[in-house]
Amino acid sequence: MDYDRVVMDAQAIERALTRVAHEILEGNKGTEGLALIGIRSRGVHLAQRLRAKIGAIEGVEIPTGIIDITLYRDDLSRSSQQPEVRGTHISFAVDDRRVVLVDDVLYTGRTIRAALDALIDFGRPRNVQLMVLVDRGHRELPIRADYVGKNLPTAANESVQVRLMESDGRDEVVIAHAEER
Amino acid sequence: MPFEQRHLLGLEGVSREQLMFLLNTADSFREISERDIKKVPTLRGKTVVSLFYEASTRTRSSFEIAAKRMSADFVSLSASTSSVTKGETLLDTARNLNAMRPDAIILRHYASGAPHYLAARVDCPIINAGDGAHEHPTQALLDLLTIRARKAQIEGLTVAIVGDVLHSRVARSDVFALRTLGATVRFVGPPTLLPPELREWGEVHHNLHEGIRAADVIIMLRIQLERQGKNFFPSVDEYSRYFCLTQNALRYAKPDVIILHPGPMNRGVEIASDVADGPYSVIMDQVTNGVAVRMAVLYLLINRPRAQLETETVSEEAIAVESAAAAPRLRRKAG
Amino acid sequence: MAANFQPVTSAKGLVIRGGVVIDPASGVNGHRDVVIRDGKINAVTEPEGGAGADLTVIDASGCLVFPGLIDMHVHLREPGYEYKETIESGARAALAGGFSAVACMANTNPVNDSAAVTEFIRERAREVALARVYPIGAVSKQLKGEELAEIGEMHRAGIVAISDDGMPIMDGGLMRRALEYSSMFNLPVIVHEQDGTIAGDGVMNEGAVSMRLGLKGLPAAAEEAMVARDLAILERAGGRLHIAHLSTAGSVALVGDAKRRGLPVTAEVTPHHFSLTEAAVGAYNGNAKMNPPLRTARDVDAVRRGLADGTIDAIATDHAPHHRDEKEIEFDRALNGIIGLETAVPLALRMAEETNITLSALVMAMSTNPARILGVPGGSLALGVPADVTIVDPARRWTVCAAHFQSKSRNTPFEGMELQGQVVMTLVGGRVVWRRADV
Repeated sequence: MDYDRVVMDAQAIERALTRVAHEILEGNKGTEGLALIGIRSRGVHLAQRLRAKIGAIEGVEIPTGIIDITLYRDDLSRSSQQPEVRGTHISFAVDDRRVVLVDDVLYTGRTIRAALDALIDFGRPRNVQLMVLVDRGHRELPIRADYVGKNLPTAANESVQVRLMESDGRDEVVIAHAEER
Repeated sequence: MPFEQRHLLGLEGVSREQLMFLLNTADSFREISERDIKKVPTLRGKTVVSLFYEASTRTRSSFEIAAKRMSADFVSLSASTSSVTKGETLLDTARNLNAMRPDAIILRHYASGAPHYLAARVDCPIINAGDGAHEHPTQALLDLLTIRARKAQIEGLTVAIVGDVLHSRVARSDVFALRTLGATVRFVGPPTLLPPELREWGEVHHNLHEGIRAADVIIMLRIQLERQGKNFFPSVDEYSRYFCLTQNALRYAKPDVIILHPGPMNRGVEIASDVADGPYSVIMDQVTNGVAVRMAVLYLLINRPRAQLETETVSEEAIAVESAAAAPRLRRKAG
Repeated sequence: MAANFQPVTSAKGLVIRGGVVIDPASGVNGHRDVVIRDGKINAVTEPEGGAGADLTVIDASGCLVFPGLIDMHVHLREPGYEYKETIESGARAALAGGFSAVACMANTNPVNDSAAVTEFIRERAREVALARVYPIGAVSKQLKGEELAEIGEMHRAGIVAISDDGMPIMDGGLMRRALEYSSMFNLPVIVHEQDGTIAGDGVMNEGAVSMRLGLKGLPAAAEEAMVARDLAILERAGGRLHIAHLSTAGSVALVGDAKRRGLPVTAEVTPHHFSLTEAAVGAYNGNAKMNPPLRTARDVDAVRRGLADGTIDAIATDHAPHHRDEKEIEFDRALNGIIGLETAVPLALRMAEETNITLSALVMAMSTNPARILGVPGGSLALGVPADVTIVDPARRWTVCAAHFQSKSRNTPFEGMELQGQVVMTLVGGRVVWRRADV
């Protein structure tokens, strides 16, 4: 049975990203010391898009990196699958930077906690901010996003899926009624 | 795709997909050793025990660094300092360790098959760090990783293995993995060190220049100088004259050949100093990659998804090594 | 289990009815009744002939009836290694395997290189009164391969052959003297053929499997070189040479050629060498480690053909008990040898079924020829011969479970295997000394 409900289509995503790019620039008063780090895997694509947008607005290419949080998860031995590790790539110095973590969905907050752990090992940023495309609530840790594409209240038995052109062939955000979790 | 092996006893019979998965995972671990803080918390609170019955600094320290970079606790036992000198059997040593609930045991032993023996008798994953002349899987994995980093893919490469194949566990692991991944293997050395059965696995050459002709990769094996007394070759000088990899000999290989050596090297015996330090040598890459490979192996074996653990039997690796059949018509009761 | 060993004696005797009697020495192969009186074969008659009507009947319907089988190569481990096996437990294992007699090797502790040890073994065997036990004396003192042992003295004490088995006789000069000297007593010299310098530290057959497993190999050439040498010496020295546990195609060819030239050589093969190949080592199974090692399929074929055409005279188990702590360890350290008494008959029956070897030929190899080679009574069911009889149910299926064996040791590669054919009764001197309990 197809319970998929499209809550953001390609245009909505595009507009949200454009708005968020402006918000980031406004919140940081420009690009000085700014860096984006996308959380694997879809966060990476979103970070790339943001980088392009910021580049278009300010004419500056800000450094962008990739974090794989698999090795920092708190649920590795409990999961039913063994996630594939694909590696972290941060080629710039993190010290004293204003790092914006980028992810697709903010849910329990555990992914962000893991990302913060990983990030700290790379150095001491001036501050860490968080941008997510979708905030679906149900936090289990005291984590909040600074920039949100769309707030999406959901039920616990629903599943939010972000699909992006780069990985899934189309841009949309859907809510699926998850029969099995 | 999950990593399906409970232990890492060898690379014989490990599928192409599993090998690629291992290599890809190891690849992703490389950058950790380039960071300022070379640590991830993944194996925090896990205990890794290394039990070495043969002396080794490099392999053991490579495992130790790998374990510690994964935040695991590492305990190192060597035969000379442990109860083994008091006559304790391998089984009892392992059982005692097992009762202390390690999360993995790394075993290096002079008897081929010792890790398989242990794997059937203890609860935790066993990592073979070299058993007799049988296998040394992490060495072969780091060799593969090194080759792949320089050559993009392993399939179709011509790899020449030069030296004492008869006694080499590194050679066997390399051969199993290289052939699974579609490389062509050649063996080079004197007949005393290349058993005729090697022809099943690749061409056998007794002339170095012919053997490395147009090779993409040369893996040099260490000549154990003790072998001299047992008439495998009359003298180190003579061996060297015929099989030492010199700049001159390298002309016969491809111009972009890479040279590997599991170490430690006998400079001037199997490999000339200027070749070992020269532009074709990737020996130092091997060492770096060794840590990444061992981190990946520890990660994959210790972090087993719960559901998988419950359905496994302990001696599956032992069954994997077992060859096809006993005498054809003897019926074997199932199970 | 003890119930199996209550001897059934009838003061007058026994008659075995309903079985198929296979006695090649007497030319018998068919349904017969076997009448036993005073511990000897009294008559072998057509069934329903009425002979032995006054006697206790043993019902052998559906079974094969053989002259008592004789295993001319076992290690009973007593004196010195009683934790592995004793003369008593080994004799029980022999009976359970259908052997009314065994010949035991000299590599005990102390070595059987003297009349005193020979007498000890014979006395002990008499005490336990189970299977017949014939001691084999050492060729050289302490099995060192240097000086001849006191062969004459041991002969007087009752040895049936000399052998340094366990050790090869590396010194060709000693081999020559042993053949010459033993001929005075008409004692066969049983040889473990292995050139130690070629064998080196080998732990399994040298070939593709040893290469894959990274184990040191023991090449066929180590056996063949010694066989060739000893045949050449035999030609000059005379005497009688018996080659133990032949294992390679090359050895079979050498022996066949020597026989054609009329040399006084005989040979034996073990059931494991005609049943298993080196593949049985599998994942370093110490219970598949023995010397000579399991060889290739080609060698298995050759020894089978050697049995079929008479090149190989006897089947002998080389029953070599070892404690679990000596076998279930790292392959390199495991001791050589497996038990064999209690699996020999079904393995032989299976081999006969798979080849063109007749049951008569099997009996020749497992009874008649061993008796002849060792010069001991038995080997046939002729009139007046001591009534050693083996009764086998050829259809019985069973699963090998070494824990249920009579032997003290459990080291067998056949554990868990389903076999067909089992000994149900063994008679020694007219007494039923073994009867399988669950028949």
